Amino acid sequence: MQSLSSYLSPLFGGFLIGCSALLLMLVLGRIAGISGIASSLLNKGTTDKIWRLVFIIGIIIGALLLQLVLPKSLPFRAELSTIVIVIAGLLVGFGSHYGSGCTSGHGVCGIGRFSSRSIVATITFMVTAAITVFIIRHMVG
Amino acid sequence: MKLFLVLCSGILFGLGLSISEMVNPTVVLNFLDVFGQWDPSLIFVMGGALLTVAIGFRWIFIRQKPLFSEKFHLPTAKDIDKNLVVGSAIFGIGWGLAGYCPGPVIAGLAYLQFEPILFCFAMFIGFKISQLVKNK
Repeated sequence: MQSLSSYLSPLFGGFLIGCSALLLMLVLGRIAGISGIASSLLNKGTTDKIWRLVFIIGIIIGALLLQLVLPKSLPFRAELSTIVIVIAGLLVGFGSHYGSGCTSGHGVCGIGRFSSRSIVATITFMVTAAITVFIIRHMVG
Repeated sequence: MKLFLVLCSGILFGLGLSISEMVNPTVVLNFLDVFGQWDPSLIFVMGGALLTVAIGFRWIFIRQKPLFSEKFHLPTAKDIDKNLVVGSAIFGIGWGLAGYCPGPVIAGLAYLQFEPILFCFAMFIGFKISQLVKNK
């Protein structure tokens, strides 16, 4: 365990993410689910693409702003192989759309509304993710 | 004004993801590594976000409608169906493989690194495949 103060920035970061979700709900009545917002940019039937694009650009600007003020040392790690990144990206994209949400939509906004679908979804992806990490780090690696 | 507020909301999201270190896939994988050197810090990210949202939503939903829309656009599905479970399970496998979920990897584009850029590209192809499969 680390010292208590090292949990303050995760807690504060979480608070900001929560405030973001509240603002989006207050302004547009929309769930701040990133997989939903991003994937519908590809959907021909989506007529309100502008706010979605603005929100996505905002996320990138937010990360950029912090990087300018408090730079993180990059890269975060030795790069994974290209094939692993591509497979992981395909699985995350397919799965989060097929399951109607990801960490933000189900994990934060959905559970925040006490949706039973989101609780089931969050437990499911947490468990499969932990199993995947276990296999890679403790059985293969 | 509407889009400015949406932009602010996005910026808050990106700031939150980077301040909390969720943008760092190693931190995420250490959190998911329950049987190894478990790093619980991301519980505080989700906990902080959840608490804020759970309290704030109650207050927002007292309103008849949002500031710039005719109604709240909330999911109507109630059933726990196969798509929900299968999709979430697949998403989790991908998350555990690389340590990126959709929000943090989009925020990670800010760092102009190869990994998040390639991952996002593959993720959008994944979105499209699911859209095609679901609409069949």
